[in-house]
Amino acid sequence: MEIKVLGPGCAKCTKTEKLVQEVIKETGVDATVEKITDMMQIASYGVFGTPSVIIDNEVKCTGKVPKKADIKKWLGK
Amino acid sequence: MEPKTTQPIQGEEKINKMMALNLLMAAIGVYLWWTVYRVLPDLSKWLTYKLLPIQEGSHLGSSIEFFLYDTPKVMMLLFLVVFGVGILRSFFTPEKTRAFLSGKSEFAGNIFAALLGIVTPFCSCSAVPLFIGFVTAGVPLGVTFSFLIAAPMVNEIALGLLYGLLGWKVAAIYLGTGLFIAISAGWVIGRLKLENHIEDWVTQTNAANLTMEEEKLTWNDRIIYGWDAVKEIIGRVWIYVILGIAVGAGIHGFVPEGVMASIMGKDSWWSVPLSVAIGVPMYSNAAGVIPVVEALLGKGAALGSVLAFMMSVIALSLPEMVILRKVLKPKLIAVFVGVVASGILFVGYLFNMIL
Repeated sequence: MEIKVLGPGCAKCTKTEKLVQEVIKETGVDATVEKITDMMQIASYGVFGTPSVIIDNEVKCTGKVPKKADIKKWLGK
Repeated sequence: MEPKTTQPIQGEEKINKMMALNLLMAAIGVYLWWTVYRVLPDLSKWLTYKLLPIQEGSHLGSSIEFFLYDTPKVMMLLFLVVFGVGILRSFFTPEKTRAFLSGKSEFAGNIFAALLGIVTPFCSCSAVPLFIGFVTAGVPLGVTFSFLIAAPMVNEIALGLLYGLLGWKVAAIYLGTGLFIAISAGWVIGRLKLENHIEDWVTQTNAANLTMEEEKLTWNDRIIYGWDAVKEIIGRVWIYVILGIAVGAGIHGFVPEGVMASIMGKDSWWSVPLSVAIGVPMYSNAAGVIPVVEALLGKGAALGSVLAFMMSVIALSLPEMVILRKVLKPKLIAVFVGVVASGILFVGYLFNMIL
């Protein structure tokens, strides 16, 4: 599974990445996490609220820090 | 067949129960809130003069009483307003706002954009992706600016604080003039035809159209959303509120009455531009600046000058310019600052004149 966390590096974005990493560790899902901070790249994904979470090219959430339970659901756990 | 029909009903019952519980808790919460809020003036007096060995009528006493009264009062009001606006915001998303604005004509578009700027949830660090998202989807440049001006300037923190510290009239004036500036400044920028001053890579961006499922929110979700907003916003601004009130308390107790009348009074023509000139480079949020503003007003500063100061601190900030520089060429940034500052000057003079 390919997870991308989009955000320029504000507090919320960092928190989102941390949560995603935690859930991966807890559930043992096989996934790679990539943090995307470059504005041009973020824009090219077509999202305009950060932080955003994209899993296998599907936007799961934009503009807010997701809840752990939601992340688990996205990872199929 | 049976389980299939009973399952959703049971689920519904559970949701109804949770909702009833939430409503009950909200009712108790409001009652407690009101009770505490009512005793605050007496409590702060008692704490200052009975519990602490401070003489009534002294400068220090007046400062401390102000601080002990205003801090809990402002926090409580912020709590209420942020929660309410949080629930309101759960009905809006940047995606829906963009879809709504992309078909609008210029003038009406500016009005809608400014109004939506208040209620659309969006954090200033995503100003760039939002700008790109709007512009590439065919939202006119001026309309996009109306949104970007209104979003930071007219916000729930400013309205809650103004209402709490200065009354509903000042809050309403702020709301009205803030919207006026966002609408007119956006419209002017649109008329100036500056589209070629957007950085080239923005218009070349081929935004991928990713699929996004729309969330269906229940009232329960919205209450949680509002509560999250309270935790997030209060957690971020409480320190500014306390610092702002501490500075305000110092002014309140130690600065003589009427001294501000000569500096920020309405009779000196230069007080409005001076307020803007000081306010623009200053960077604070509404939470920090409004308690100071209250204290200045109490010392004879004119409302127009104070309004201009507050707006230029909140609406125009250096960090925001740095972020926007990624998508705007310097000339467009200069025009943006110039047009918004002119709008603020106009509002400042207007209120000094009519009040």
